[in-house]
Amino acid sequence: METQCIDIVNTLAACLVAGGADPNLANFLSILMGVVLVATLPLVTVILLIWVERKVAARIQDRIGPNRVGPYGLLQPVADALKMLTKEDITPAGADRFIYNLAPIIAFAMIILMWAVIPFSPVHVGADLSIGILYFIALGSIGTVKVMVGGWSSNNKYALLGAFRTIALLLSYEVPLILALLVPVLMTGTMSLQDITFAQGGMWFIVTAPLAALIFLIANQAETGRAPFDLIEAESELIAGYNIEYSGFKFGMFMAGEFLHVFTVAVLFSVLFLGGWWGPGVEQAPALGFIYLGAKTALVYLALLWVRNTLPRFRVDQVMALNWKVMVPGAIAVLLAQALALRVIDALGLTPVRGGFVESLPQTVILLGVNLVLVFLFLNQVRRQGRRQRAADLAVVGETRPVVSVPAGD
Amino acid sequence: MLEINGQTIAFFVFSVFILGGALGVVTSHNLIHSALYLILSLFGVAGFFVLLSAPFLAAVQVLVYIGAIAILIIFSVMLTRSMTALRQVRNQQWWLALPVVVLLFALLAVGVILPVWGAEGLIGSEPVSDIVATTADLGVALVDGNQYVLPFEVASVLLTAAMIGAIVVARDDE
Repeated sequence: METQCIDIVNTLAACLVAGGADPNLANFLSILMGVVLVATLPLVTVILLIWVERKVAARIQDRIGPNRVGPYGLLQPVADALKMLTKEDITPAGADRFIYNLAPIIAFAMIILMWAVIPFSPVHVGADLSIGILYFIALGSIGTVKVMVGGWSSNNKYALLGAFRTIALLLSYEVPLILALLVPVLMTGTMSLQDITFAQGGMWFIVTAPLAALIFLIANQAETGRAPFDLIEAESELIAGYNIEYSGFKFGMFMAGEFLHVFTVAVLFSVLFLGGWWGPGVEQAPALGFIYLGAKTALVYLALLWVRNTLPRFRVDQVMALNWKVMVPGAIAVLLAQALALRVIDALGLTPVRGGFVESLPQTVILLGVNLVLVFLFLNQVRRQGRRQRAADLAVVGETRPVVSVPAGD
Repeated sequence: MLEINGQTIAFFVFSVFILGGALGVVTSHNLIHSALYLILSLFGVAGFFVLLSAPFLAAVQVLVYIGAIAILIIFSVMLTRSMTALRQVRNQQWWLALPVVVLLFALLAVGVILPVWGAEGLIGSEPVSDIVATTADLGVALVDGNQYVLPFEVASVLLTAAMIGAIVVARDDE
């Protein structure tokens, strides 16, 4: 074994061997601990996330939020979970029992599985797959199965309608999501999340690929079914969407899966665009990576909550129009521009080799410039379209003479 | 002979997934169940790709076959509610399907299994080819002028044409 025993946190297996343990057993123990930790961490986190979610939502809406159970209401999720467990477990008449019970399990397992490839520090990673990003996308695509299966097996027309709508949303927003994910792959030439993190030692990708980061965030907000894309729930129209018939703990699994999905997206965003575990002193003490990644994830998560609680819901046709007319062409344009810019940078010999901050500055400036040009072009297009729309509206107003008069010009 | 280790066990588990899933697809009375069995079977194939050290193909298998094709099948089945409680397991063309299936199986056995298993017994434990291709190799092969650039481009054009066709069909007549 080539790794040396330095300390128990970073090189557990090597230390056990040094302490006289059998190498195979030591390896097994270290892997087992990793698996247990990676599988438990999200489960524990989700309990806290429910509290964070409710508290932040309350503060944004000028309320206090849960504050009765425990200090600052911290034990509220525990009370919620207990309540959920004691609810009657209902299976609707005519439901397809096996599939009906399978859907919440798929929903939750798919999110937990995503955590296997996340690099927590330079040395702590569940499985550094060479296809990490593709693995994430593949699991996301299984998410459509859970919606479909849950909606159909409930034997409820609202659930089925909700499922159709959700699938349309999920499938559509997968396109810009994948295109945006291609940009970090393009910049590093690898799909391994650990290698992508290493490549951000000089400059975070949110600076060199801000548009891709934005598209990734918006598409994921849609994938997770949060406002302004919460057509999945849409209480006023669909009652609760595909999971309407679920009660008790089965519903709890859907809900926990949703919370955890948002959190997982925040982690992935940090890894892909905010430098993952990079931070001062992380190369000397790899365990610091946990703290840096956690802090970045918390910031992204708060931003996602902020968006969720401040924006109203889109109409279903607007959601589709936004995706196919803005996000998809935008993502393709970003991808092409970024690829072209990287090619030019390569030809000029400005590609950073060692990945230092100063060394990657020229590349950063060029890529940032390309992104700004794209933003300018996009805003210009929006402005022209707005003008045309206003002119058309005014022409209509001139014909029909409505009660409310519209002032000329803007 | 056969060595019992993690890989062998995984191989048999995935084999059960594939064969059991395939059996479920054809024997199930409910088309949704059939589609789900199909997902199980396809998942087993993805597992095989992992065992063959081809993680890229495994992920693509899940993404394309489970995430897209199986969803498409479920989608169309869901819209036809009367298809969920079928009395009849065989359709009218079973007599045509039977010889085709037998022929296909014989073809696969002769073409794939025989060269490996051979008339003179199992050809050692050596791999058929010693080239270990990575995802990067696959990417290069797709755009290399000496390898698969032509099929790749033809497929791209075909997909683009299909997409444009779909848009044209879906358009309102303005």
